[in-house]
Amino acid sequence: MTLDAVIVGSGPGGATVADVLTAAGWTVAIVEKGRNHLLDPDDLTRPASDFSNDEVKFRSRYFLGPDPLIEPRTFRASEDDGERTFVGEVNSVPSTVGGGGTHADGKVPRFRPDDFRLVSRFGPQDGADVADWPLDYDELEPYYAEVERSVGVAGTDGANPFAGPRSGPFPMPSGAPMFGATVSVAAAERLGYHPYPAPTAANSVPYDGRPACNNCGFCAFFGCPIHAKGDPVAMLRRAMATGRVELLPETFASGIRTVQNRATGVDVVGPDGAARFLAARHVVVAAGAIETPRLLLLSGFDHPLIGRYLMTHFQTIVAGGMPFRTYAERGRAVTHVHDDMIVGDDASRQAAAEGGLPWMRGGLVEHSGAALPILEATHYPWGSAHPGLMADSPIRARLWAFIMQGEDLPYPTNRVDLDPTIRDARGFPAARVTYRAGRHEHVASDHYGPRLAAILKEMGAEWTAVTSSPGRGNAASPEAVPESRHNVGTVRMGADPASSVVDPQGRMHDVENVVVADSSVFVTSAGYGPTLTLVALAARAAHVLAGTRPA
Amino acid sequence: MPVWLTEEEYRVLEAACECLIPRSDRGPGATAAGVADYVDGLLGAFSFDPPRIWAGGPTSGRMGGEAGFARFHQLSAIDELAWRTRIEGSQSLPEREFNGPVVGLQERYRQGLDALGADFCDLDVRGREARLRADTEFADLLYGHACEGMYGAPEYGGNRDLLGWRAIGFEGDVQPRGWTDEEVTRP
Ligand SMILES: Cc1cc2nc3c(=O)[nH]c(=O)nc-3n(C[C@H](O)[C@H](O)[C@H](O)COP(=O)(O)OP(=O)(O)OC[C@H]3O[C@@H](n4cnc5c(N)ncnc54)[C@H](O)[C@@H]3O)c2cc1C
Ligand code: SF4
Repeated sequence: MTLDAVIVGSGPGGATVADVLTAAGWTVAIVEKGRNHLLDPDDLTRPASDFSNDEVKFRSRYFLGPDPLIEPRTFRASEDDGERTFVGEVNSVPSTVGGGGTHADGKVPRFRPDDFRLVSRFGPQDGADVADWPLDYDELEPYYAEVERSVGVAGTDGANPFAGPRSGPFPMPSGAPMFGATVSVAAAERLGYHPYPAPTAANSVPYDGRPACNNCGFCAFFGCPIHAKGDPVAMLRRAMATGRVELLPETFASGIRTVQNRATGVDVVGPDGAARFLAARHVVVAAGAIETPRLLLLSGFDHPLIGRYLMTHFQTIVAGGMPFRTYAERGRAVTHVHDDMIVGDDASRQAAAEGGLPWMRGGLVEHSGAALPILEATHYPWGSAHPGLMADSPIRARLWAFIMQGEDLPYPTNRVDLDPTIRDARGFPAARVTYRAGRHEHVASDHYGPRLAAILKEMGAEWTAVTSSPGRGNAASPEAVPESRHNVGTVRMGADPASSVVDPQGRMHDVENVVVADSSVFVTSAGYGPTLTLVALAARAAHVLAGTRPA
Repeated sequence: MPVWLTEEEYRVLEAACECLIPRSDRGPGATAAGVADYVDGLLGAFSFDPPRIWAGGPTSGRMGGEAGFARFHQLSAIDELAWRTRIEGSQSLPEREFNGPVVGLQERYRQGLDALGADFCDLDVRGREARLRADTEFADLLYGHACEGMYGAPEYGGNRDLLGWRAIGFEGDVQPRGWTDEEVTRP
């Protein structure tokens, strides 16, 4: 049987494509290399009950994968560092039914109109191939609106003065603000910033047959035990309910077959290790911005830009010790954010000029605390000081922090390719990440770090500390490996086949019935979490395929 | 009876854990919280069916709901390959050595505990600390696991009677109760 489409990856991108295509009557298979802990195996339209508030299972023991012993990635900061400097976990998001949507704490802001046109708005940057996107905010807006409803996004209309125009309200009101955020928001406002409730893919009220979030606090890095997170369980359940999806967990897509520049289907390796071929009219690749270029390279596709322009966000992390409890263990991991450091001001323009840059952009700033005790404990020394530190808890109970998701520029040297030696347990070459932040990211981080520390001091912080991910020390140390979990840009979208791999609808220029439906297609990284934008793009690509329009 | 270690190794392990997370006027130490049982349980995870790798969900029963943590997950073939390799080492088996040999936790613990010495339990605190500092790689491994055993869910064998969480005022897994909006915003 020839399927209408094989979708590789069941994360937010793949789930969205499955939802749109099956609603249009298509029959699809979803190939997912990870296990199914999201949907009830006896009734795939219902959520499973495998997720839990368990720090050992989710943070220490790779419950949702990928386990780096089985599926390692490799890393080096630059080609000058040899074949690799690190083997293990490199900026991974879960490999499981639902992909990274299961772990994410789901801040899902839209990009703003300027984010799609950096060159025409601000001009080029030396060393980076900054380009405008081949579509603009207005074109994406109906898809943003559709996926906000299908995922279930809670937000406050009009709260962000810098936001782009909206065609309708948020589907749900914002959920409860965390106590620490109420203090940091007030301090930021006193200093002239404009914090607002983070648009979040977690129910603030019962929605779409799922309950409201009950603020359990095990949110970032954990699956939601009550399935209040909408992304992507909502889309997968709807797709399953059509009866037109075959979900194939524990199944690895090892290559896309082509005949004369058309894909004929996908080679897969099943849970028993047996290889088989899934014939399909279309292949949709939504494997995430590291695994998608890996699969295209494993398939023998040879566009020279496949894997180039990896961006991950340069995170500036500023922490402060408070003289009061911050109660960060209660609530979603982040309830408030601000955009001021993306938008910039006279001081940032001056800092850019002094740093030798034509312009610079920071990123979305998340207001958050650090919540859980195992992670806290490992940050303290062992021995007689340990019990007192854990009881006084300067990190878990009294810390407040800002994480700036700094926009990083598309450098051709930052890339994903196949490691020449290291393999996964199935015998396929591992993805190798080559990534080093540039002058733009460092100048922006140096400028905004002290300003974020000033907000913490305004809150009453007794001490503050600034770090970054990746770290800025020795390029060969594990700290050089980024940990942002925001991978984008490795299969660039554009109108010109010479400077992009896929067309403005996500179809590969060279093989037009292969569609890329994840954040690989991003032209620039913007300073926002990628998920809502990749989901909107995936919905758009699927509607183009099916000849339908957003609801 | 330890699950995987010998009685002698268990005694050294327990003393070493107590040295890392000692009893004090701020709370109980690793021995009272059963941290050595956590480590021994990990090393012997495959003595159980299903193996004691991942506790079940969605709730533990401590805040209502069913005691789902007590039902450990079955492992898939590839999960078992990963965890047997991590715990037992690659043992020259080709399916475990696709990127070269892997030294397992069992061997690392056996050697690390052996290096601490049969007389480890007879030493005073300073003597024990000095032995641990002589092998920082093993001390780091053990400390990571000790933190998990002290502050992780008790279904994994440590955090006995919730002593680890109680000492630090941590409520632990709170589903299905969660926190009310009032408790989140105005605690
Ligand atoms: C703790 C955490 C917090 C986060 N918070 C946010 C946030 O607040 N906001 C935000 O925007 N983003 C956040 N993210 C990032 C978010 O998870 C990702 O942007 C999102 O999951 C990407 O979706 P995707 O569908 O493109 O890819 P993925 O979610 O990576 O899904 C791809 C799937 O494809 C599967 N796959 C890959 N290769 C193959 C293959 N060859 N064969 C078969 N299957 C394959 C993988 O196993 C995976 O399940 C967070 C991530 C984490 C881990
Ligand atoms: S905080 Fe809310 S959305 Fe997050 S895991 Fe807990 S219940 Fe689910």
